[in-house]
Amino acid sequence: MAKIMAGVGCSHVPAIGVAMDTGITNDDYWKPIFDGFNRSREWMKKQNPDVIFLVYNDHCTAFDARCIPTFALGCGAEFHPADEGWGPRPVPAVKNHQKMASHIAQSLVLNEFDITIMNEMEVDHGLTVPLSVMFGNIKQNEEWPALVIPLCVNVVQYPAPTGNRCYNLGKAIRSAIESYEEDLKVVIFGTGGMSHQLQYKRAGLINSEWDKRFLDLMTEDPIAASQITHLEYLRETGSEGIEMVMWLIMRGALNENVTEVHRHYHVPASNTAVGHIILENN
Amino acid sequence: MTKKEYDNIPGTIVFDADRSREGYHLNQFCISLRLKKNRDAFNENEEVYLDSYPMSSQQREAVLLRDWNLLLELGGNIYYTSKLAANDGINFQNLAGRMTGMGVDSYREMMIKGGRSIEGNRDKSEWGED
Repeated sequence: MAKIMAGVGCSHVPAIGVAMDTGITNDDYWKPIFDGFNRSREWMKKQNPDVIFLVYNDHCTAFDARCIPTFALGCGAEFHPADEGWGPRPVPAVKNHQKMASHIAQSLVLNEFDITIMNEMEVDHGLTVPLSVMFGNIKQNEEWPALVIPLCVNVVQYPAPTGNRCYNLGKAIRSAIESYEEDLKVVIFGTGGMSHQLQYKRAGLINSEWDKRFLDLMTEDPIAASQITHLEYLRETGSEGIEMVMWLIMRGALNENVTEVHRHYHVPASNTAVGHIILENN
Repeated sequence: MTKKEYDNIPGTIVFDADRSREGYHLNQFCISLRLKKNRDAFNENEEVYLDSYPMSSQQREAVLLRDWNLLLELGGNIYYTSKLAANDGINFQNLAGRMTGMGVDSYREMMIKGGRSIEGNRDKSEWGED
């Protein structure tokens, strides 16, 4: 049977992708950010997952204002990096484990999570940046070392799904994955955050103390984290900090007791606090 | 409009369903600039390009003036308006420098020093606003 080995929480700042694509990761500004992922890349090699279930949000790329699904599951064969206005990122297309994705789609709906099914979808930095930071530089003509099942969450138009809903969806994803009959190692990613506000007069807000407490809760008390209100995210972590609900999907798919094997936190990457955590199922 | 629980957060516009409705055509115009052929057409003649998007005259004016904060007040969302900014060669951080009124250099400096503190920035009363 398939098994979820671990969860990864990780920011997906677009400028991190640009820094990798333009080879400036060793300069004074970027080095401290990338140094925090050296251990993660070693860890990924050791884990060697067959499949990554990757929770992220689209930034009006696959979904503009015409259609805003709260949860959209990628079920197509592959997903190409989108042109977000400055050309597509020079990274490989993402290949799905389509049979497992179909199984998850069916299981989630029967478990009362009425997701949208995407058989065609371009993916933006929200999905490719976490893969790049965790796998390192993978050239366009190479392949990502794992298959990827994308789950796209609306966090652009308020309200995003509640933290509680996300946490419970994580549990349903786990039961879907772990009822799939092939022996596969799966790692789940929850991406986005941490505190940041990109817009209007309060842009630049960072709340490191809050972020660090959130990282603590990820390890020690996910149920408390799942009860954080939207108002608290907006006020304390900035209008875009609400992306952190996506980490709760990842966390819901893990055991209540986990081992934190790595953590990294740095301010800033562009306008954003970068947070990262690796949690292994006990 | 009914008072919302997040209305008292200072310097913040929450892009909710009401704003999404108001800003629909404005945002669809902005996102069209993701593609080069559309950017070329827009840069060729902004007024003509804007004619195909039935936005309000105030929204149209804010686009032409590149009034970044007004665009948000009129229903624009940052992930959309940032495409208009990108067309003008302005990245997210420089756009934030403009929206905050700080200018690009002092904004970047603030971020390097750890960003804008939450202290004094939780409630409009702390900004001397209602």
